[in-house]
Amino acid sequence: MKIVVLVKQVPDSTEIRVDKETGTLIRAGVPSIINPDDLAGVEEALKLKESMGAHITIISMGPPQAADMLKELYARGVDECILITDRKFAGADTCATSSTLAAALNKCGYDLIIAGRQAIDGDTAQVGPQTAERLGIPQVTYVDEIRALSDTAITVKKALEDSEEIIEAQLPVVLTTLSGMNTPRYMNCNDIVDCMNKEVTIWTFDDLGIDESKVGLAGSPTKVHHTFTKDVSAATETFTLPAGEAAKLIAKTLKEKQLITK
Amino acid sequence: MAKFEGYKDIYVFVEQKHGEIANVGYELISEARKLVASIPHMNYQVVAVLLGSDIKGKANEVIAHGADRVIVVDHPLLKDYSTQFYSDALTQVINEFKPDSLLTGATVLGRDLAPRVAARINAGLTADATKIEMDPEKKDEALLLVTRPTFGGNLFGTIICPDTRPQMATIRPNVFAMDAPDANRKGEVVEFTPNLSDTDPKVVVKEVIAKVVEGIDITKCDILVGAGRGAEACLDMVQAVAEELGGAMCCSRAVVDDGFADKAIQVGQTGKTVRPSLYIACGISGACQHVAGMDKSDMIIAINRDPQAEIFSVSNMGFVGNVEEVLPLLKDEIIAAKKA
Repeated sequence: MKIVVLVKQVPDSTEIRVDKETGTLIRAGVPSIINPDDLAGVEEALKLKESMGAHITIISMGPPQAADMLKELYARGVDECILITDRKFAGADTCATSSTLAAALNKCGYDLIIAGRQAIDGDTAQVGPQTAERLGIPQVTYVDEIRALSDTAITVKKALEDSEEIIEAQLPVVLTTLSGMNTPRYMNCNDIVDCMNKEVTIWTFDDLGIDESKVGLAGSPTKVHHTFTKDVSAATETFTLPAGEAAKLIAKTLKEKQLITK
Repeated sequence: MAKFEGYKDIYVFVEQKHGEIANVGYELISEARKLVASIPHMNYQVVAVLLGSDIKGKANEVIAHGADRVIVVDHPLLKDYSTQFYSDALTQVINEFKPDSLLTGATVLGRDLAPRVAARINAGLTADATKIEMDPEKKDEALLLVTRPTFGGNLFGTIICPDTRPQMATIRPNVFAMDAPDANRKGEVVEFTPNLSDTDPKVVVKEVIAKVVEGIDITKCDILVGAGRGAEACLDMVQAVAEELGGAMCCSRAVVDDGFADKAIQVGQTGKTVRPSLYIACGISGACQHVAGMDKSDMIIAINRDPQAEIFSVSNMGFVGNVEEVLPLLKDEIIAAKKA
């Protein structure tokens, strides 16, 4: 069983602050982490490896620095890490990213592909399904439990808004996983020391045999028109009053706006 | 010659389950009506796409909600959602009718379907849009300016798809308001028969388990009282004020992470998007992840002891104070106001 997990290195978005003078993100000092939904996917792959034996390959696309993050995954127990990195891939939207990942997946081979549902920097949840489409294989998104795996099929639980579905899918398939489905294991110190000696395989544009028009900015149908930070609403009125007067003023306002009814 | 020959109109994918149409489809139709009204010279229509089995009878309801035309794809294999059959059918609708843009709800279903279809036709797809406008500078085409939050709501990006059609976007439920239906509205119903050649399902739903819904659906509440970390010591009072107002309690992610509330009532980027008439934020600092889920509320009142709290910048009225002191008094004032 060859399991490939797609992983992205992301800035910890809870640590990002906006520079109100310039309206830009303050990235300095923001730690890079493994995207939480992806890390859940890695943990599921490791559980499958323990229970039935499997070879786990991690594929990540990103800048060269992401190699350090991948080494950490060796300490968790994965077998092989591949970093797809090339200036030609820069500026890729989900359409171009999925084309690039699909080329890499075709090169390394797979029985089961696991991707995190969405990344906390872009929040699109599109790369998993779009990669499945490029490979011409089925997908099950929003997976929060893997129940059974055989050589030909997998049974999973999918979380929907108001229900859950038990789904059986033929292999190969792309699953997208949710961060709440498990608690990723701790790494022990020996494994962390050992993993520093392991190598991350680097694949560049030339290794993938993909058309240049399908990757990076050129292969991205969506373009960023402009970005901005949230403007402060002008309607704010802030009061510093004793609690009793504050309560009275709120109640009076709600009554006037007919938000208090009998 | 037009840049995209034959591509016309704003299409909305209308999601249904067991024949019941989800509100998000009608919210998107309402928004699409505003968009076509902003470009009268283009003479665009709002077209709904309805997939299902035995679903044709619902077309009039879709027209009443604002569609000029409904493309009905009625097929036994489309009875329940399937990535495979729905993406095959929707792709064929796009190839046949050539939508200039296509909006889909950012539901679990929509976020499964739209990316798959976009990849198949190499169309640009913008996820989780919070605002859609026509580019006023492009008079001879209907170029959508689609705005969405990124980096956990810290930054907003406006995305365009200048070179591909249809321009696709997903939008979360409750982001746009739904107009009241008009049963007298006239529209056209077009039936389309898809060619589902590969009828062998690769993915099969074996069992559906209904989730036990605990409490109230906060996305449907007209009044919400939100608790943040600063109100963790008086959640019962937050609940009491919500009850007096005939509303419900919701909370920020911090309160869920700290184990004081269920994720079902979490508002924000990783929780639910709400747009009640009134949102009272109690002890909520106003992290952008939370604000992204509630800033479309009609009226926002914030109570926070920190005068620098971000929540005040999105509130209509802000009160610097201790929620533990204000809330019991507010509850009494509301009771008194009801009697008055």
